[in-house]
Amino acid sequence: MVRAIRLLGVFLRIGLLGEAQYRANFVIQLLETGLGLVTALGTIWIVFSQTDTLGGWGPAELAALVGVYFIVYGGIQLVVAPSLQKFMEDIVSGNFDYTLTKPADAQLLSSLSEVRVWRVADVVLGICVLTAAIIRESMTVGWPQTLQFLLALALGSVIVYSFWIILATLAFWFIRIDNLLQIFWAMYTAGRWPVGIYPEWLKWTLTVVVPIAFAVTVPAEAVSGRVSGMTFLGAAALALFLALFSRWFWRQGIRRYSGASA
Amino acid sequence: MTMETATSPRSSRVHPRPWLAAYPAFFRISMLSNIQYRVAGAIWMIGMILEPLIYLTVWTTVADSQGGAVGGFTKGEFAAYYAFLLLVNHLTFTWVMHEFQYRVQYGSFSFALLRPVHPIHEDIAMNIAFKIVQLAVILPGILVLCVAFRPTFEPVGWSLALFVPVLALGFLIRFLFEWTLAMAAFWTTRVNALNQMYFSLQMFLSGRVAPIALLPLWVSDVAQHLPFYYAIGFPVEVALGRLSPEEAIKGVLLQLAWLAIMGAIIALVWKNAARRFTAVGS
Repeated sequence: MVRAIRLLGVFLRIGLLGEAQYRANFVIQLLETGLGLVTALGTIWIVFSQTDTLGGWGPAELAALVGVYFIVYGGIQLVVAPSLQKFMEDIVSGNFDYTLTKPADAQLLSSLSEVRVWRVADVVLGICVLTAAIIRESMTVGWPQTLQFLLALALGSVIVYSFWIILATLAFWFIRIDNLLQIFWAMYTAGRWPVGIYPEWLKWTLTVVVPIAFAVTVPAEAVSGRVSGMTFLGAAALALFLALFSRWFWRQGIRRYSGASA
Repeated sequence: MTMETATSPRSSRVHPRPWLAAYPAFFRISMLSNIQYRVAGAIWMIGMILEPLIYLTVWTTVADSQGGAVGGFTKGEFAAYYAFLLLVNHLTFTWVMHEFQYRVQYGSFSFALLRPVHPIHEDIAMNIAFKIVQLAVILPGILVLCVAFRPTFEPVGWSLALFVPVLALGFLIRFLFEWTLAMAAFWTTRVNALNQMYFSLQMFLSGRVAPIALLPLWVSDVAQHLPFYYAIGFPVEVALGRLSPEEAIKGVLLQLAWLAIMGAIIALVWKNAARRFTAVGS
């Protein structure tokens, strides 16, 4: 664990040094993310000009959901997505050989090796929206809610990360899986709304097949302390199962890898 | 390929409209490559189908909480609106704004510029071919939507007949609009922010987030004068038969006006834009 954090620190520094040459990109990134946020919040504004509640969610709660959506999105785009994207390219080019020869766990290296620093903008703006939503509605967010939120967010992160590892591991067999990632991103946009409003089949898809519900909806519910013990138990069970399964699956994948010139 | 056509006897017969003669060739190439990459294409369509499904769910939920209807739309009418929106959005969408960036940055524009026809014709032919192939995914998507949400739709004869030309005009408006904006790539390499701004405006003003009747009054007033609505929302509402004959005619006239404006802009700017293009290694 300590090692993992140290490695992340190293890659973060490399990413920062690389991106520091393109500082203007940070402004551009802020602008793009800001536009995305304005679009999301504008949509909420239009919806709530016609109603007071959407499937039991008020405007502030939905704004908090958008905040969480951007935090998680930024988190994925910051490290997981670019690193695993690079990993898949390495499988194609055979550069994955070098990862295997390094004296650290290959899964760890592959999921940290590329940090897109400016994506921090998404996380920061997400936190701003979340905080603004809480303050504006003077929601009572004490320690219990904060802890619940952090726990839900941690479990959601484990679930999403494991899910990405499983997708990426498929590259050992199918080489090109960009298309699967495309499905993930398409489904992810559905997370901007509470999954409870969707028809049953879509709700289950978003909970079990592509686990957006646990990554976005549940943490957002936790902000106002509306998550039941059962849901937490379910999330913990799914997180544990996916973490173990993805690790096992990754090992199977590595065993299959034959190198570029073998 | 060029060699062959240059020596073939057919080349001596100059076509009165060379750009028109190029269409079947562009069309065939694109058709074949789309069929070859059918899985990738089908997966791209998932997002296309999911978006209207998401907004339809939202508005159905709102209608439910407001006693079955909101802003003049019942649940069934929302379903019909988004079923047509799915079709219209698919048939009018373009990817030129994304592609221009690569073309200019990686220099693949060189080839298009060497051809004796304006590059926009290749883009239009490719776009139409892609959509015809992908209808194989979109139509089942519409079917799923109809089964899950049960639209209420009473066809109005004249309106449905008008839908076809209005849709064609909508396609041209969106195409020329996005092609115009895409030319920005000749001046700056950072077109993403511009694209994002365009897409954000389009989401609201075209009727994708909500039928524009549900927007705050001043927003829908603005939307009714801008091209976004005439590319997507207007054809949908014509198909549904929600507009009076006067409104429909006024809409068609505005469509034609916007088309003329875009055409004029492209004609004016294109020569200057292309002149800025420098291929590496020339």
